[in-house]
Amino acid sequence: MVILPELVLLAGALALFMVSLGKTPAAAKSVAVVFGLAAFAATLLSFQAQGSLFYGVYAVDQYSQMFKVMIGFSLALLLISGQNLKGISAEVRPEYYLFLFLSVLGLMMLVSSVELLAIFISLELSSFALYLLVPMRDDRTGIRVQMEAGMKYILFGVMATGFMLYGMSYLFGLTGSTYLKDILAFVAKGDLQPAVAVALLMVLAGFLYKLAVFPLHFWVPDIYQGASNETTGFIATIPKFGAVALLIRFLAVPTGQSPVVIELLAVLALCSMFYGNLSALVQKDIKRMLGFSGIAHAGFVVLGLLSLNSEGYGVAVYYIAGYVLMNLACFLVISNVSQQGENLCIEDFNGLYKRQPALAFILAVGLFGLAGIPPFVGFMAKFMVLTTALRGDHLLVVCLAAINTAIAIYYYLSVVKAAYTADPGDRPAVAVQPVIQLAGFVLVIAITLLGTLPGKFVDFASTVVQTLP
Amino acid sequence: MDLLLIKEGFPLLSFLIFLPLAGAVVLLFFHGEGFARLWALLITSLTAVCSIPLLTGFDPTSAKYQFAEAYSWIPRFHINYIVGMDGISILLVLLTTFIMPFCVLASWKYIQKRVTPFMFCLLIMETSMVGVFVALDFVLFYIFWEFMLIPMYLLIAIWGGPRKVYASIKFFLYTLAGSVLLLVAIIALYLKSGSFFIPEMMWQPYSLTFQVLVFLAFFLAFAIKVPMFPFHTWLPAAHVEAPTAGSVILASVLLKMGTYGLLRFCLPITPDATMLLAQPILWLSIAGIIYGGFTALAQQDMKKLIAYSSVGHMGFVTLGIFVLNTRGVEGAILQMINHGVTTGALFLCVGMIYERTHSRELAMATGVGKYMPWFVTFLAFFSLSSFGFPGTNSFIGEFLVLAGAFEHNTILALAAIPGAVLAAAYMLRMLQKIVWGGTNNPDQSYLTDLGVREIVVLAPFLLFVFWIGLGPQPFVDLIHGSVSHLLEQFNNWQQHQQVAVALWR
Repeated sequence: MVILPELVLLAGALALFMVSLGKTPAAAKSVAVVFGLAAFAATLLSFQAQGSLFYGVYAVDQYSQMFKVMIGFSLALLLISGQNLKGISAEVRPEYYLFLFLSVLGLMMLVSSVELLAIFISLELSSFALYLLVPMRDDRTGIRVQMEAGMKYILFGVMATGFMLYGMSYLFGLTGSTYLKDILAFVAKGDLQPAVAVALLMVLAGFLYKLAVFPLHFWVPDIYQGASNETTGFIATIPKFGAVALLIRFLAVPTGQSPVVIELLAVLALCSMFYGNLSALVQKDIKRMLGFSGIAHAGFVVLGLLSLNSEGYGVAVYYIAGYVLMNLACFLVISNVSQQGENLCIEDFNGLYKRQPALAFILAVGLFGLAGIPPFVGFMAKFMVLTTALRGDHLLVVCLAAINTAIAIYYYLSVVKAAYTADPGDRPAVAVQPVIQLAGFVLVIAITLLGTLPGKFVDFASTVVQTLP
Repeated sequence: MDLLLIKEGFPLLSFLIFLPLAGAVVLLFFHGEGFARLWALLITSLTAVCSIPLLTGFDPTSAKYQFAEAYSWIPRFHINYIVGMDGISILLVLLTTFIMPFCVLASWKYIQKRVTPFMFCLLIMETSMVGVFVALDFVLFYIFWEFMLIPMYLLIAIWGGPRKVYASIKFFLYTLAGSVLLLVAIIALYLKSGSFFIPEMMWQPYSLTFQVLVFLAFFLAFAIKVPMFPFHTWLPAAHVEAPTAGSVILASVLLKMGTYGLLRFCLPITPDATMLLAQPILWLSIAGIIYGGFTALAQQDMKKLIAYSSVGHMGFVTLGIFVLNTRGVEGAILQMINHGVTTGALFLCVGMIYERTHSRELAMATGVGKYMPWFVTFLAFFSLSSFGFPGTNSFIGEFLVLAGAFEHNTILALAAIPGAVLAAAYMLRMLQKIVWGGTNNPDQSYLTDLGVREIVVLAPFLLFVFWIGLGPQPFVDLIHGSVSHLLEQFNNWQQHQQVAVALWR
C-alpha cells in the first residue's frame, strides 16, 4: 500500500465519474470532501512508506511522502473552504471535481517520479486536467473571459512543455538514460558542457512555468482573473508543491551546478520579484493582484534554491508550504465574500470587518503573512531565505529582495485597509458556514505556528532533501 | 553566553511578555464590552504589579543582563529565545508596564465602538513593546519590533480621527520600509559572529566599511522610529489621528524604541562607525530640536503641537546619546523616561478636552480654565515639565544632556539652547490660550471638570514629574552601572583602535 494516497484519489475520481453519470450532481460536493479528507488521511498513513515501483521509475521515499502530506492537507482545506463552488454551474460540478482530483493525482505522481517519462506523464496529467478546469466557469459576464483564459493557459502550457521535452531529449542524448539518478550522476561528474546547462535550463523551464517565475509568468494574471475563484485558489496553491519538488530533484547535485545556472536563477529571481511587486501595486482585481504577488513569491523560492545545499532546499520547501497556507487563507476569503462567484475588486472588501469579522481576520492574517510581517510564516520563510542566500554571498540580491518586501507591503496593506477602515456602503453582510470558518481558523493557527516554531519543519525538510539520490 | 546573563528562578520577563498576550487570547472568546474594559484593566494592572519585582530584584552595580532566560528556539539558525534586562532597559520596561493601565483607563469613555478589539490590540501592543525592550536575540527583537506595526496600525486605522486611513498607512509604510534593511544587517552580523545573541555581536573587530553599512541600516530603521529630523513626517499625522491611548503609547513607548535601538545596537556593535558618523547625527539632532520648536509654535491643533514638540524632545535624546559621555547618555535615558511621562500626560489631557469639545483645535479649547480648574492645574504642571522648568523631571534630563553636550563641544551645546527657549514659548502659548484665551472665547460653560477616573489617571504622572524632578538619584542609580560600563568599553575600544593604528604605522 505504498501508493495509498494515489489510489484514494483515483477511487475518488472514479466515484465522481459515477456521480457525473447519475442524476444527482449535488452529491458531488460531499463525495469530493469525503475523498479529499480520505486522501489526506491516506498521505498521513503512508507517510513512512518506502518503495520503488515500476522498474525504479516511481520512488516512494520520505521526500515524496512529505510533499504528498502537504498536498493532501492543502487539498482537504481547499475542498472544504471552496465547497460552495459559486462560479461553476451545478450540472458540471461532478466533472469539475473529477478533473480536480485527476490533477491532484498527477501532482502526487509527479513528486514521486524519478524518471523523465514518468515526470512528463504525471506533469501532463496534472496540467491537462487543470486546463479543463479553467473554462468550466459559468458564463456570467457574457464575454467568455474563462474561454480566453483557458486558451491562453493551454497554449502557454504546451509551449513550456515543448521546451521541457526538448531539454529532456538533450539529456537523454547526452547520457543515454532517462533515469534521473543517471542524469544527475552525469552532471555531477563536473564535465559541464554547455549542452548540459542548456538542457537542464530547458527542463527547469517547465517547472519554472508552473511556479510562474519571470519570464515564464505571463499566463498568470489573465488566468487568475479568468478562472473562477475556487479554480484560481487551486492553481495558485497546490501545483506549486509539484514544481518545487521537481526543481529540487533536478538541482540537487552534490557537486553543485554550473555558475551560469546559478547566476541565471539569481537574475530570474530578482526580475520576478520586481516585476511581480511593481505590477501588483496598480492592480484593482484581487485575484490579479495575488497573481502578481505569486510571481514575486516565486522569486523568493528560487532565491532559496540558489544556495544549492540541503539547507537552502529545506528552506525553499518551508517557504512554499507557508506560501500555500497563506494563499489558501486568502482564497478562502475570496471564494466566500464573492456572492455569486463573480470576480472581486479590492473595493469589494470594503468594510468586510463589519460584514463578517471572522473572514476579515483570516484575510488580514493571510495578507500580513504574505507581506512578511512576523510572527506569521511569511516572515520566517523570508528571513530564512535571505539568510541562506546571504550565506551564499549574494549580498546585492539579498538587499534588493529586502527592498522588495517594502514595496510589497503597500498592496497587501491596501486590501487590509479596505477590509478594516473603509465604509461598507450598501454591500451586504457575508454569511459563512461554520465549517468554513473552522477551516479558516485552522489555517490561521497553522500560519502562526509554522511561523513561530519553524525549527522542526526546516530541519526535517533539510534532512529529507539530503537523502535524495 | 552565560557570563553575561544573571538568571533567576522564576521567568519573570517572559511572564510579563506573555501575560498580556494570554489576556488578549481570552478576549477572543468573550465579547462583552464591559468585561473587555475590566479585563484589560485587570491584565495591564497585574502586569504592572508583577513588574515591581524587577525593581526590587535589580542589582544596579552589575552591568550584566539580569532576570535572563535562555531557551533554544531554532538551533539550525542559532536563534534562541533569550531575554534579559540591564540598566538601559529597566526603566523603559517599567515605563511600558505602568503606562498601559492608564491607557486602558483613558479609553474607558473615549472608545465607544468595538471595545473588545480595541482592548485586544492594546494588550497585544503591550506584549510586543515589553518584548522589544527585553529581547537579547536579534531575531526575537526583530519579530517584536515588526509585529508591533499590526496592532498599532489597527489602533490608528480603526479608532482614529478623520484622516486615519492616510495616517495609518503612512505610519506603517514608513516604519516598515525603514526596517527591511535592518533585517539584512542582522543577517550579515549573524554570518560574521555566528550567533543572533546580541551581546556576542558587540565589540567584534568588523571592518570599517562593514560597520558603516550596518550602522546606516540600523540608523535608518531607528531614526525613522525616533523620529529624527528629516524622517519625522509620519509622526504628526499618526499622533493627530490616533485615539488618545494610541497617542500615549506612540509618544511614551514607541518613540523610545528608536533611541533604545541606537543606544543598544549602534554604539556597541558598530563603535568605529559611530565615532565616524556621530558628528552629522548630532547636527541632525540640533536641527530636529530647532525645527520641532519652530513648527510647534505655529500649530493650531493641540495634538500636532505636542507631536512637533516630541520631535524637539527626541532631538535632545539623540543629542545626549551621540555626545558619548556619561552625562549625555544618562541624561538621554532619563529624558526618554521624562518624555514618556510628560508627553503621555499631555496627550491624555488633550484627549480629555477632546472628549468634551470634540475638537482638537486650540481655538475651540480657549478659556476653559474658568470651568475646569482641576484640569488646567494638571495641564499647567505638565506644560511646565515639558519645557524643562526647574523642579520638574525634564529639567534634570535636559540639564544632563546639555552638560554632556558642553563637555563634548561648546558650539554644539550653544546651538541646542534656542530649542529650550522655543519649548517654553510654544508651551506657554498653548497654556495661555487654554487657561485664559482672549476676549472672543467660545462658550465653554457646558464643560464639566475632571471626574475621579480622570484624576486617578493623571495623578501618578504628576507624581513622577516631581519625583524625577526633585529626587532623580534613585533613577540615575539604576542606569548608572550599565551606562558607565558601556562607555568604559567604548573608550577602551577606541584606545585599542588607536594603539592598533599606531602599531600599524
